[in-house]
Amino acid sequence: MTAKRARNFAFSGIVLIAACIWIFPLYWALTTSLRSENRIVSDGAGWLIDELNFSAYAQVLSNSKLPVWYLNSVGTSLIITVIVLVTGMMCAYALSQLRFPGRQTLYLLVVASFMVPVPALYVAQFVLMNDLGLVNTWWGIILPQLIVPVVVIVYKQFFDAIPREMREAVLLDGGGEFTLLFKLYVPLNWGITAALGIITFISAWNNFFWPFLVSTSEGMMTIPVGITQVNDSFGVAYARMMALALLAAAPVIIGYLIFQKRVTEAVMISAGVKG
Amino acid sequence: MPPVHPLDRPEREAEMSHSNRRNRELRAAALLVAPFVFVFAVFFLYPTYKVVALSFTDAPLIGEGTWVGLENYAKLLGDRLFYTSLWNNFYFVLLTVIPTTVIALMIALSVSKLKGRMQALVLTLFFLPYVLPVSVVTMIWAWMLDFQFGILQPLIAAVTGKAVPVFKNPHWVMPMIAVVTVWWTNGFNVLLLIAGLRNIPEDLYEAAALDGATPWQRFWRVTWPLLWPIISLVLTLQLILQLKLFDQVYLLSNGGPFNQSYVVLMQMYREAFQLNHGGYASAIAMVLFLVIVIVSVLQFQLLRIGGRK
Repeated sequence: MTAKRARNFAFSGIVLIAACIWIFPLYWALTTSLRSENRIVSDGAGWLIDELNFSAYAQVLSNSKLPVWYLNSVGTSLIITVIVLVTGMMCAYALSQLRFPGRQTLYLLVVASFMVPVPALYVAQFVLMNDLGLVNTWWGIILPQLIVPVVVIVYKQFFDAIPREMREAVLLDGGGEFTLLFKLYVPLNWGITAALGIITFISAWNNFFWPFLVSTSEGMMTIPVGITQVNDSFGVAYARMMALALLAAAPVIIGYLIFQKRVTEAVMISAGVKG
Repeated sequence: MPPVHPLDRPEREAEMSHSNRRNRELRAAALLVAPFVFVFAVFFLYPTYKVVALSFTDAPLIGEGTWVGLENYAKLLGDRLFYTSLWNNFYFVLLTVIPTTVIALMIALSVSKLKGRMQALVLTLFFLPYVLPVSVVTMIWAWMLDFQFGILQPLIAAVTGKAVPVFKNPHWVMPMIAVVTVWWTNGFNVLLLIAGLRNIPEDLYEAAALDGATPWQRFWRVTWPLLWPIISLVLTLQLILQLKLFDQVYLLSNGGPFNQSYVVLMQMYREAFQLNHGGYASAIAMVLFLVIVIVSVLQFQLLRIGGRK
């Protein structure tokens, strides 16, 4: 039995080491960002954090538009998340609980839209944004990202599972459909709302291609797009580049560490897998 | 009008209120679906129609074009760069889809053997890269693989005898972008596979162990067949995702060197946004569109056939 325990222990150790190797690039970025540029060029970045030099962070924060990009990212991602969730839950409720003409067609369209590769629409969406005068604005970044069919489908599945009796009780009390949705169906599914909100927020925050196309001035860029501009203006500046990368990643890393369970749940729900 | 028998009245009222209720239901439904349908129609259905329509014109990016029929598609058939792009997409799929699934399966099997906090910690470390923005990922890897100071260059030198500027080398560029991509997206696959593993009933393993099955047999007779639905899901999701490659290529190698990392979306981007060929770019987008729809439909059919068994 002790031999088995020893084997288990060794196995855990090996897997942990593998995991540490896997995450090593992030650690390496951290050690690099905390050294002075001169030292990186002369003796390379070190394996251990033996210097706490925050000058790279200070320079990045004062010499780039990082604060503006943060604001753009937070603003657009939040608006996208709220609109996607509210329109999605309303539509899903109608699809799940009400009978109306065109219901089947609408549901089929939403399911079929899964198959469409969104970047294939970027040329047409850009033309549309240009016609609406929204190129290089928050709304230009936001509007095409509002199509998240998985939100409608997941909400519908969860609404379908709510027993009809609960519904009848509210209707007898004189409540309408909106009362039902916002006082019964949504509160019963807070977990799903949180999960879908997190996954929508993360993918909006991380989206690169579309904001890259539609934001034409530095002041309108989101974080993933903005930090690629600094690349050119810094020249060779390893510590600063890594400080910039880590500052850009910090919100999602911290968010993930706090809401870990929800994030993993969200990823699985959005892929159609029950955890 | 015949006189109404007093006994009919309640029935009639019930009918009235029924049609009233029906009207109210329809009105509520219209209000509830309207915001989604509006956004969906304007920013999704219309652009989908528009990209099809544009692909039959010689339109610039901004402005009107004239109808040219299938000319763009005919031009595509003779465009050598387009074949290069298609081939590179295919090569990238080969480099990523099966490798990432195998790696994710190995990680998932190991992680699922761990317990409690250790499991949570290891899973966090393997999943973390997935939540990073793509440009953060490419910046970190560009530094790791930096020609002069990259920490991985000694490793490369040990194999090839000298340092290699990997994103400027035609042989290294695609495999290295594949490595970066697998590192970035693998956590998602690990998570799905772990969920699949958790759904396999423990008593199946106990029964297999009682029958004297070796771990190897247990994997192939119990784990593999029961996990197959998730594995096939991971494979298709990866296939579709990797066909849409753009960000990493744009950020790491910009399609070069010598077009060795030029992919279909890269060509769409260049044609539309740098060469101002909206119509031609739309035709390129249509090809990607068709490929992905075909892959999705095939997957759906395969799953249905699998489900019938």
